[in-house]
Amino acid sequence: MSHPTAQEQILDFVRGRYPQAEIDAAQDIFALGFVNSLFAMELVMYVEKTFDVTIPNEELQIDNFRSATAMAGLVARLSPTVAAA
Amino acid sequence: MRGKVHHEPNGAHMSLIGVIGAGVMGVGVAQNLAQTGHDVVLVDRDEKILGDALATIARNTRMSRLMGGPALDVDEVLARITTAVGAEGAAKCDLVIENVTEDWDTKRQVYETLDAVCGPDTVFVVNTSAIPITKVGSATTRPDKVVGVHFMNPVPAKPAVELIPGVHTSEETVRRTRDLLSAMGKKSVEVKDSCGFISNRVLMLTVNEAAYLVHEGVADAESVDEVFRSCFGHPMGPLETADLIGVDTILYSVEVLYEHYADSKYRPCPLLKQMTDAGLHGRKSGRGFYTYATN
Repeated sequence: MSHPTAQEQILDFVRGRYPQAEIDAAQDIFALGFVNSLFAMELVMYVEKTFDVTIPNEELQIDNFRSATAMAGLVARLSPTVAAA
Repeated sequence: MRGKVHHEPNGAHMSLIGVIGAGVMGVGVAQNLAQTGHDVVLVDRDEKILGDALATIARNTRMSRLMGGPALDVDEVLARITTAVGAEGAAKCDLVIENVTEDWDTKRQVYETLDAVCGPDTVFVVNTSAIPITKVGSATTRPDKVVGVHFMNPVPAKPAVELIPGVHTSEETVRRTRDLLSAMGKKSVEVKDSCGFISNRVLMLTVNEAAYLVHEGVADAESVDEVFRSCFGHPMGPLETADLIGVDTILYSVEVLYEHYADSKYRPCPLLKQMTDAGLHGRKSGRGFYTYATN
């Protein structure tokens, strides 16, 4: 499969914003110390725009955005076909 | 406490709050008022700005819990906000919070209109980070009812403000304003009227000097901010803060200090001017000292 997975795309986005940090898919980015809640809002916008999903209010919790794995899991729940592509 | 209680000064029902200017600060003030149960009329120059402002309020309200605030009902918050084009739209308000750009001519025009259309008891709250409140009061026929409040950004998330009485501001005006702020969940720190108050006398010089470091090639923005976060324990560095406030607003504020004190220590960094001209205004434009994802 030549297309990157949702998890890979999200990880690229996070790494692009914080190039100085070594971040893997399971990394809790909010535990890094320099990622603030404003970035959480950017992540919501990025995920919704990139994967063409609307995240319901009850899913707008910090735990769903802590890591690339958690965000990919959220995308998979909201749009199973996108996540598998 | 964040309650859905209308503010009632002296038994007089404060039914409608005007918010003039639907930029970053006006949007935050309007949302904060609406989510604490106040009816708001949000005013700006044209429908497009107001439409964008309502969309931003809807988005920020939706994100409230994610950002560490209370869980909010977007429809309930939006239902308390009406919009109007032109300052005349605030004519029926008991209290008006003005958040237009930190430019004296712009502010003066707005106050001339407000003074003409609002009732004699309407309080004017100047949301400014630098402009002297006494000067604003003098542009109206009611200097006793003009008071300054320096809100911090993002407004709904910040627990305190600077409250600045001008030379002629009455105690009653200060009390009414402090009561409203309290109903909005804000603690008021009272400061005497002096250009820049506490926060901006210190913050703007810090941001300006940080911009000079980048301008001179001494350090990049990441390094400047890293020192503030890691060495001083600040949650954000000065250049991240500049992007949050708006680089154009930072420049305006530094220029206001420079003009007011006629002191070269406030000379604005040329990089701030260039970034402002280039539209690199920070988070709100998608790029400033850093680049951001935009919706």
